[in-house]
Amino acid sequence: MRGGRATHAVIVGNGIAGYTAALRLRHMQPEWRITMVSGESTFPFSRPALMYVFLGHMRYQDTKPYEDRVWRDVRIDLVRAWVEEIDVGGRRLSVGQHKIMEYDRLLLALGSKPNKFGWPGQDLDGVQGFYSLADLDRMTRTLRRTRRAVIVGGGLIGIELAEMLHSRGIPVTLLVRESSYWNNILPKEESEMVTALIRAAGFDLRLQTELKEVVDDGHGQASAVVTSTGERIECEFVGLTAGVSPNIELAKRCGLPVGRGVLVDRSLQTRDASVWAAGDCAEIVGEAGQRGLVQQVWYTGRMQGDVAAAGMAGSPRAYDPGVWFNSAKFLDLEYQVYGSVNLSVPGERSSYWERQDGRASLRLVHKDAALIGVNAMGLRLRHEVCERWIREAAPVHHVIENLSEANFDPEFFRRREPEIARALEGQLA
Amino acid sequence: MSIVGEHTSACDEEHHALVDPGSSRSPSGSWGVRLGSGLIVLGLLALLAAIEGQQEGRVVLGLVGFGAIACGAAGTFVAVWSQRFAASNNHGVFFRSAQSQGIVAWALAVGMTGFYVILYWFPERLERMTHLLDPVATLLAGRAADHWFLYGFVYTIAVLVFGLRMLVKHRGNPYQLWRTASLMAFQLGFAFLLPHLMELARQPEFYFTYFWPLKWSYVFPSGVSELRGHPGGLGVFLLVWSAVASLVATPVLTYYFGKRWYCSWVCGCGGLAETLGDPLRHLSSKSSTAWRIERVSIYAVLGFIVLTTALVWTHASGHAPWLGGAGRRLSDWYGFFIGSVFSGVVGVGFYPLLGSRVWCRFGCPMAAVMGLQQRLWSRFRITTNGGQCISCGNCSTYCEMGIDVRAYAQKGENIVRASCVGCGVCSAVCPRGVLNLENGRTHGDRMVGHQGPWTRLLAEPPFKSTDAERPQHRKRHS
Ligand SMILES: Cc1cc2nc3c(=O)[nH]c(=O)nc-3n(C[C@H](O)[C@H](O)[C@H](O)COP(=O)(O)OP(=O)(O)OC[C@H]3O[C@@H](n4cnc5c(N)ncnc54)[C@H](O)[C@@H]3O)c2cc1C
Ligand code: SF4
Ligand code: SF4
Repeated sequence: MRGGRATHAVIVGNGIAGYTAALRLRHMQPEWRITMVSGESTFPFSRPALMYVFLGHMRYQDTKPYEDRVWRDVRIDLVRAWVEEIDVGGRRLSVGQHKIMEYDRLLLALGSKPNKFGWPGQDLDGVQGFYSLADLDRMTRTLRRTRRAVIVGGGLIGIELAEMLHSRGIPVTLLVRESSYWNNILPKEESEMVTALIRAAGFDLRLQTELKEVVDDGHGQASAVVTSTGERIECEFVGLTAGVSPNIELAKRCGLPVGRGVLVDRSLQTRDASVWAAGDCAEIVGEAGQRGLVQQVWYTGRMQGDVAAAGMAGSPRAYDPGVWFNSAKFLDLEYQVYGSVNLSVPGERSSYWERQDGRASLRLVHKDAALIGVNAMGLRLRHEVCERWIREAAPVHHVIENLSEANFDPEFFRRREPEIARALEGQLA
Repeated sequence: MSIVGEHTSACDEEHHALVDPGSSRSPSGSWGVRLGSGLIVLGLLALLAAIEGQQEGRVVLGLVGFGAIACGAAGTFVAVWSQRFAASNNHGVFFRSAQSQGIVAWALAVGMTGFYVILYWFPERLERMTHLLDPVATLLAGRAADHWFLYGFVYTIAVLVFGLRMLVKHRGNPYQLWRTASLMAFQLGFAFLLPHLMELARQPEFYFTYFWPLKWSYVFPSGVSELRGHPGGLGVFLLVWSAVASLVATPVLTYYFGKRWYCSWVCGCGGLAETLGDPLRHLSSKSSTAWRIERVSIYAVLGFIVLTTALVWTHASGHAPWLGGAGRRLSDWYGFFIGSVFSGVVGVGFYPLLGSRVWCRFGCPMAAVMGLQQRLWSRFRITTNGGQCISCGNCSTYCEMGIDVRAYAQKGENIVRASCVGCGVCSAVCPRGVLNLENGRTHGDRMVGHQGPWTRLLAEPPFKSTDAERPQHRKRHS
């Protein structure tokens, strides 16, 4: 607090990490002044929903998690501007071109940036990642003159982008380094399932193929790509979806320690006692010799925003992400994962069932007969049950016998537990 | 040093061009679509010729016209929707004028509203069209067609044709298939064929699937005495049916399954909303203001009909001569304002502007009663899958009842709302499989969320400024 004024907490970035922190902080400190600054939008929106705006499922305003009036009601000031500099020692930052804002506590929730690996031509017009509202704008403009598109890199955003382009009738080629789609994350069978699905949807999927360069049309616009196999593919749009990296420029510029991300301790505090970092941009420093923890999904952003707010409010807590989980959708195929899957844990084994049509599967990963991970495709599982089983290291036999407890499919969907149980049990022996 | 950070007003909306449907080149010109639309056009021409014409065969021409329109629409729907996979069901919804309150939507709304106005107050204008259906009416009810027959006929065709669209669209989702099939069967069988066949058999024209308070007249003294006076035991049976349906079956079924057993499986208004109205379901307002209006208006209508029913009975009992014609006048008003204007003109006519369930959400007294029970004493709830919600908003957007489903899902809370008709579409559109309609083993645990370690995390801080300020308040007063 300065000069008797209320303590001022400033949050830079209004993504899931930033806005969770803002709301939690308001809850813990009803009297503080809280300001949330973001360059991308005034009001928070759901980043994973960007594709649905493009597809016409929703309007932009439908992707906001809260009605606009909520922010006024809870007295969180929203400022749309880019933060250019932070004077960490003087506890103030410059917002936009000329304005200076003083803070008592600062949270950096800056998110990520799409990776660019120094490909020749990567900065040409028509070449872009897919991360922000500005990317969506840019993409919309480029598509007016696009006859063919190339997407570089697999993963979840790659397939989302392919689906988006496909919806506008634009032929898509996907260049993927791996030998099967996303097999650095998905186990072999599931990866093959997704690969088959992508091909069935009519996308031109090139495996074990990388981008060599993007060709300039002479006016600064992309006109083709050249692949690692030497092939040239004419295209006006090039989507870069080879992963994202923490957005650390601002922190680096103001002298805060950075590694892969903005370095923080277990309570998400940076080396400066008034600055915290959370969400995609943060790297939690591990024990000596261990790699730091960077987590770049929605729910970890939320958990980290919550922990950072507790620290800012004066009651720090250690970040404990609990049992890992995530979910996504490949075109029509829903995917859920819990715990450790495909991480090559020494001594792990897995039991796998796949539906005859190759459009649904279940994998239980276990070690010493105890469950450590679950991977489901085309089935809905109950989070709380899978989480409990893994947390309590449930015997895999118990899990197989009680599969129906974890079933979260809608009513009237065919239940296949007996068939699944038979298949899984058979592989245990 | 200047300080920024004044309150941003809600109207400081970022304007993003974001989407430019103009570059859309989605393939929609399959031969099936062309054939279907061709049939529709021919059908319309035939119908027009039949209405305007004087020639001998105009009745046949008219029936052919009706048939061609229905078959053409059905064919188009099958051709379009069988090409799509479930995740692409809502592609382009907000780009189409007809589906996003554009000029086409306004034209449709004017047309539909106009149809209701003519139907209720100027039926003679429909006479030439009505008589095209004489052969059908003779076959089913043993009499010439009147404008209500025309209405029932068109309504039923709409439910069947757009129901087919739902069946193809949701072919991978058994919940949607069963309930749509059920709505179609109830509309065709119980709301159209059976009442007319009863007429044919010289029995009262009775709708088994409508009861008080939705179908108020059955329990009015006039309705009761008419049924009671009917020769043979059927009239009495129908009376007992009505009473059991509203007083026993409704509460019991609502206890076990929520109000969806009626609103999304049986009801004719629901039937139209879930079929003809499905392409417009996202237009319902999700604002908290709309919710506030809903809570006032739906219970006001319920109060209105309860009062009216009480008054007409008091009057009929002869014990309160001072009431005079109050009961009659009230029931006339109810019939005009609620029965005709609200449920018909606004309820259906405004589909393209306000969405498909305006009547069900803001007006229907049956929904009000079942909604109260669903909120307080029912096993039905929508459960939320742990921490999987990504706050995308698809569920809220496609909830025809304007429920902000996401507000609950992102907190990990069960959704237990009086207005939820259990259509299951929120669950169908959720890209992360977060939502599930369930009947619990008891009603006691319906408000409970999941119990995982993230419960505390998801439980959001309070949102109302009054809540946020409460600690201060306490300090000041203690
Ligand atoms: C297309 C897409 C789909 C995704 N889908 C999923 C999914 O299905 N499930 C899942 O778990 N995760 C998904 N993710 C990942 C998830 O969205 C991110 O992990 C999450 O949004 C990160 O939240 P955050 O708050 O850390 O950062 P962000 O959401 O990136 O927010 C950071 C904000 O800070 C702003 N900012 C940065 N620097 C400054 C500055 N100097 N001044 C002012 N403002 C600044 C940025 O503009 C941005 O608005 C997806 C990501 C993308 C791009
Ligand atoms: S909450 Fe879901 S099930 Fe209920 S009415 Fe809305 S969309 Fe239908
Ligand atoms: S419940 Fe599903 S549809 Fe609704 S906001 Fe969450 S992820 Fe989106």
